[in-house]
Amino acid sequence: MAMLTRLLKNALLFCRLQPLGALGLLIIVVMASCAVLAEQVTFYNPEAVDFGAMLTGPSAEHPFGTDSFGRDIFTRIVYGARTALTIGFLSSMIGCHIGAAIGIASAYHGGWVDLVLQRFIDIILSFPIVVLALVVVAVMGKTMVLGIDLNLVFAIAIPIIPRSCRVIRAATLSIRTQPYVDAARAGGYSTVYILLRYIAPNVIAPFLVLLTAYIAQAILLEASLSFLGLGVTEPKPAWGLMLAGDSANFYNEAPWMILFPGLAISLSVFAFNLFGDSLRDWFDPKYRN
Amino acid sequence: MALDTRNETIHSMTRRTALLMPALALGSHALAQGAGATDKPQRGGTLSYAVTAEPPTYDLHQTATFAVMHRLSPHYSTLLAYEPGKYPNIIGDLAQSWTISPDLLTYTFKLHPNVKFHDGTTLTAEDVRVSYERLRNPPKGVSSFRQPSFAQIKSIETQDSLTVVFRMVKVDASIMDTFASPWNSIFSAEKLKADPTFPVKNVMGTGPFKFVEHVAGSHWVGERFNDYFKAGKPYLDGFRAITMTPSAMVNAMAGKQIMAEFRGFTPNERDRIVKALGADAQTHESPWMLHMLMNFNCEKKPFDDPRVRRAVSLAIDRWGGSANLSKVSQLGSIGGLVRPGSKWAASEAEMVQWPGYGRDMAANRAEAKRLLKEAGYENLSFTMINRNQQPYITAGVFIIDQLRQIGVKVEDKQVEIAAWYSAQTSGNFEALLDSFTQFSDDPTNVLVKYISTDRAPDVAIQRAIDRELDSLFDRQAEMVDPVERKKLVRQFENRLLDQAYAIPILWWQRIVVMETRVQGWTMSPTHMIYQDLADIWLK
Repeated sequence: MAMLTRLLKNALLFCRLQPLGALGLLIIVVMASCAVLAEQVTFYNPEAVDFGAMLTGPSAEHPFGTDSFGRDIFTRIVYGARTALTIGFLSSMIGCHIGAAIGIASAYHGGWVDLVLQRFIDIILSFPIVVLALVVVAVMGKTMVLGIDLNLVFAIAIPIIPRSCRVIRAATLSIRTQPYVDAARAGGYSTVYILLRYIAPNVIAPFLVLLTAYIAQAILLEASLSFLGLGVTEPKPAWGLMLAGDSANFYNEAPWMILFPGLAISLSVFAFNLFGDSLRDWFDPKYRN
Repeated sequence: MALDTRNETIHSMTRRTALLMPALALGSHALAQGAGATDKPQRGGTLSYAVTAEPPTYDLHQTATFAVMHRLSPHYSTLLAYEPGKYPNIIGDLAQSWTISPDLLTYTFKLHPNVKFHDGTTLTAEDVRVSYERLRNPPKGVSSFRQPSFAQIKSIETQDSLTVVFRMVKVDASIMDTFASPWNSIFSAEKLKADPTFPVKNVMGTGPFKFVEHVAGSHWVGERFNDYFKAGKPYLDGFRAITMTPSAMVNAMAGKQIMAEFRGFTPNERDRIVKALGADAQTHESPWMLHMLMNFNCEKKPFDDPRVRRAVSLAIDRWGGSANLSKVSQLGSIGGLVRPGSKWAASEAEMVQWPGYGRDMAANRAEAKRLLKEAGYENLSFTMINRNQQPYITAGVFIIDQLRQIGVKVEDKQVEIAAWYSAQTSGNFEALLDSFTQFSDDPTNVLVKYISTDRAPDVAIQRAIDRELDSLFDRQAEMVDPVERKKLVRQFENRLLDQAYAIPILWWQRIVVMETRVQGWTMSPTHMIYQDLADIWLK
């Protein structure tokens, strides 16, 4: 009970000190709720073709209009949130975790381990994030598991790894010289124990900021790859895919075909960025005070 | 031969009419005699046009892709050709005249004198003989893509330097189309004797344009051949075929970086270009000798069971699809195995008797569900290999939705063209969304896609063996009487659609847009003919 009260107090404090972050969090919660409860939010099937409703404008029946197959755009955006959040969250989790593990190991060991790992990271960093993801997804093709293209998740996660690695390495470098780490080492604790007990918990703040920021990046990357025809494919609903294909041909007659998916992408990236920034400030004692 | 231009339209656009494009697209034939028809051809200028794919070879005998035809056709001649504006009338190309024996077993061609190759040597009957020998009996290291169409040729002889005689094993009702095929280009006998693979990497024919250069991924250039055997032609100084993606092509047309594209646009792309070009745009439309079909792998479960294949066909609302998909894609007419509108096509009354072509979709779907239940596949799900470009994606979305309505789940696996071809040749697929095109409506050309796989392994990818179909195919191939032949074609369609080894979805509509200054080009139901550019001139 006491813990719940403390959590609620912290949440209220976060809302008061970081109102924009709270707004971002609210948007994320709404989006996630839509993704989880898609079947309850809308009664249309996102893949059902309705020739009688082709290219219909926004109305009470179809609040965001329909596409060139007569599919309800609101429904496809709601289900598209499921695609975006699943791929975004998984990619960011995988990329940030692997990056953090490499960053901590690299900084803690130093010497030739750090040198080799960081030159390898330099090589990966030299590729622009979209280009690297494009290459990976083109080479690996598709591996569908439970309706999720695992290769797409990895393709998005790989460019995140070096970026996460760099930030976590920098944080680890300052922690590894702290007296309590020296004391643990002098106490004879194993390297793994020191990394897990003393280093990792102290880089959690930058790690959480990275995680939220890269969910936004991953959503954007998934949308870009789908737009380029290398991500999610028809008829599965995905925001980037909704901007591609026929949308370009119908932007005059049916501007809602690009307007609403575009807004969904912008809003979600905006929300994750706001929340990520606020989280950084929240964890930083200088800003918090 | 009968004319077949009823469904073709040509429009010279103004900005106002451009806005009414969808309605005008189905305009009257009177407009076909529109702007420029009476103008006198002018010499000069370079035609620039787009081609959306790279040529995998330079050898017309060994391929079937338009990416080769649209670049190589201006460099070569054929024995016969389809008459511009009067498809499917056949006229001479290299052949000045010809005679056919009363028993239809001997064809004698007299060639034009003084036909020059681009290297200055003179074409003789030997060049025709050697080229056709290569087609019907390719040497080691060469594959003849349409080899079955030469099966009835017994021998090829030269009587003198300008006379070539083809003797037949038995009557072949399609042989004149074979002689007019744009794929059967005539190469230099001398070059072929030195190296049978010479045409794979070299371009040297007797066509209206000489080859200049090919920069892979960028462009292909040809220049006027001044010694071309048809007096006064070609009119152009040269041509430049530019390689670009479909989306880039639309923008390039709208921005006047290219003058034409000869394969086809979607209705929306057409409207965008016409809106941008205004009075400078002309559009041509015709039913296309190209259709979308779903191939089943009949060797694998569940599609080794005809009930399952028929159920899938029954679930597809072709009439609804035709009426609506034609508004947003190149998919249009409903037809069987031969092009709707051609003289071999089935009437609507005949079509509605086929499984999946009836207009009562509720009854069709009930029957489909019953068949699946009977076959033990009530919760059927399968993967369909598809191409990752339009209109395949549109067709995929449509099919998935149609099958969803009888409880069948389809995973649409969209792949690059190389993987798509690889699936066809390896047989590593359950179902595959395919398209098929030919250079003529002749039934032998078209039905070969559906005969037993062991007889045509390159095209009949369903991996089915059906000797009844083979027998019908052979009988129609020998039948000269068009009425009797049409009856056999109908029997072939009835059998195929009943067994449903492959099922036609919809036929395509060809929409070509070009600048009005491009004159002399002829629209046809296939994008494989009339591409030698000899008659084209710039206004």
